Amino acid sequence: MYRYDQYDQALVDARVDEFRDQVKRRLAHEITEDQFKPLRLMNGLYLQLHAYMLRVAIPYGTLSGTQMRILGGIARKYDRGYGHFTTRQNIQYNWIKLEQAPDLLAELAAVEMHAIQTSGNCIRNISSDQFAGSAADEVADPRPYAELLRQWSSFHPEFSFLPRKFKIAVTASDHDRAAVKLHDIGLQLHRNAAGELGFRVFVGGGMGRTPFIAPVIREFIPVSQYLSYCEAILRVYNRYGRRDNIYKARIKILVHEIGAEEFTRQVEAEWALLEPLALDAPTAEYERIKAQFAPPAYDAAAPDSIDRSDPDFAVWVDHNVAAHKVPGYAIATISLKPVGGIPGDASAEQMELIADLAAKYSFDEIRVTHSQNLVLADVRKDQLHALWSALAAADLATPNLDLVTDIIACPGLDYCALANARSIPVAQSIAVRFANLDRQHDIGELKIKISGCINACGHHHAGHIGILGVDRKGEESYQLSLGGSGAEDTSLAKILGPGFSEEGVVDAVEKVIEAYRALRLNPQERFLDAYRRVGAEPFKEAVYG
Amino acid sequence: MVDVQDSVKLAQNPHPRATPATAAVLRWRDDVAFDGPVVAFADFGGDSNAAAVRVDPADDARALVPHLARLRLIEVSFPKYRDGRGYSAARILREAGYTGELRAAGDVLVDQINFMRRVGFDSFAPAKPLNPDDVAAALARFPHVYQKAADAAAPVWALRHG
Ligand code: HEM
Ligand code: SF4
Repeated sequence: MYRYDQYDQALVDARVDEFRDQVKRRLAHEITEDQFKPLRLMNGLYLQLHAYMLRVAIPYGTLSGTQMRILGGIARKYDRGYGHFTTRQNIQYNWIKLEQAPDLLAELAAVEMHAIQTSGNCIRNISSDQFAGSAADEVADPRPYAELLRQWSSFHPEFSFLPRKFKIAVTASDHDRAAVKLHDIGLQLHRNAAGELGFRVFVGGGMGRTPFIAPVIREFIPVSQYLSYCEAILRVYNRYGRRDNIYKARIKILVHEIGAEEFTRQVEAEWALLEPLALDAPTAEYERIKAQFAPPAYDAAAPDSIDRSDPDFAVWVDHNVAAHKVPGYAIATISLKPVGGIPGDASAEQMELIADLAAKYSFDEIRVTHSQNLVLADVRKDQLHALWSALAAADLATPNLDLVTDIIACPGLDYCALANARSIPVAQSIAVRFANLDRQHDIGELKIKISGCINACGHHHAGHIGILGVDRKGEESYQLSLGGSGAEDTSLAKILGPGFSEEGVVDAVEKVIEAYRALRLNPQERFLDAYRRVGAEPFKEAVYG
Repeated sequence: MVDVQDSVKLAQNPHPRATPATAAVLRWRDDVAFDGPVVAFADFGGDSNAAAVRVDPADDARALVPHLARLRLIEVSFPKYRDGRGYSAARILREAGYTGELRAAGDVLVDQINFMRRVGFDSFAPAKPLNPDDVAAALARFPHVYQKAADAAAPVWALRHG
């Protein structure tokens, strides 16, 4: 994976010094909270319901075992022993003290990590496919391009005061594991007819209160020019994105209001002016970065079969292990969704254990997924059982990937100052209701996503079943939506009907699922496909009937 | 093609102290400050003699490109520091070859001044006066840059590959 050189390190260190200075000024009351707020936000520090929350960037969701060990240590030393992995492949700590934040950032910087631009109206952490580099179906590893984007967007002088935050995702397969069409810019690496690498460019997707699926504005931009092309997109947005209303300020609204065609015309006109300025990094820089993502030293003699004689292990393999592009290897997903747990939470001890296991079994590398799980992407098939045994001992081997208990949930009213309702307890109740593994496996792939308010941090628009917390006359209430997807068949979930209480929504989910089981053509027909085939009516009937 | 690097001779490092033109204006230029009238963008078209113009966030800075040769001062206003349109306005003007004074006026804060210098501003009229020591410290803070802008700073990719 990517390692900092002296330049990267000097910049991150400078940022820590700067922030230490700003915190000192704040603690000495030399600056007001009002003046301090934009400064701390630029460093990922939010003031939440009970304490400061710090969001640490995990660029394109890849980190080393060493980095994971430090994240665990930080959880113990500066938090209450936990960290929370998010849908944006970052980690958040919920109980941070302001006076300790500079030391925390210094510990991160020592292992080449930071919290830069994890908040604020700037280009945020770049997200990517959690299987990047190992996926059997990718055209090339997208991470070198994501790293170039990280560098280009860091401290960008023109784009640090955009109308609103800006999220970019990069993938390299037709199978979309990064929800690229739900980002401000989605870049899909592919080859043109001549066999050259370039990006398909999606712009203007997003969730929040007005969800949109991004249209394609360019079918192919050569990899040697995608940075300047992004620069053109950002400039059009910076100049013409709405600033009169915070809820209409995302690029999706601009694209929607002027239309994808006119937006594209403006971007192309801007790019025609920018392209001659040689803003793109040279090929040599791409090659330098790419060399650091060179495939690890795979053992060509690793046997290409898995001993499935242990039945519990076999179930885990069936659900949590994916195909690798190298024979003899597999991709293992570590579920952070034990039944009754907090989705995405990991304790300090779990993080340290995962760090050790990554070192032992997966070339010291870990990935964070947008569904709040972790991945060891390069495990020998003949070591999967040993890995599984170690995970199981730490409650990290729940075989529920993409099943009904693999729920995405935002922090909600337990932590978040913007929330209308709690998300975590709803996720826990649903998981407990469906705890029986046989039942989960019978139901099959089913993605439940829960947000505590309309901002949609929990991706409820993209849930096969989406749950949204709303405030109804001062009471927490939940709206149920069906039929969303954040994969290559992106779709937005539609509201089924009137809302429910916390308990009521769990019952309603169960009714929807039982209706699905009764009407599916066969056990292979997923919930989403069945819903698309029959529409909302049978489910309405089952829930409200 | 316009060579941004040559059109704007701004030394990135070391950062010379700004020379106050008036009490409130910080300036990074050697020429004599223009002290004639600054016309509003809307009036500029009708006033063919104007040598200075003020650009508000919603104004299209690119409309000035045909007239750059006669302009000595372009003042870009920042009514609120959060409104970042002025950064694009500045860079567009420098990319188009403008070499006159480019002034950021209004809600200009010390924490933004480095970015403003990078997009091509070479003078500042902050609504609230800035402490020159803080400005110098802010400009000296970051040793490198990751991307090209309207200044002469070489991005790290250029340093890496000589
Ligand atoms: C607890 C503090 C948080 C606050 C204050 C917060 C705030 C917001 C707001 C205001 C939006 C709406 C933006 C818009 O529509 O323009 C949003 C969207 C979003 N946030 Fe959060 N968020 C928080 C935590 C999280 C967490 C923990 C995650 C990941 C699990 C997350 C991921 C997202 C995503 C994916 C979106 C929607 C995608 C989009 O940008 O369109 N946020 N957040
Ligand atoms: S969806 Fe709402 S409640 Fe949940 S984290 Fe985002 S802002 Fe907070």
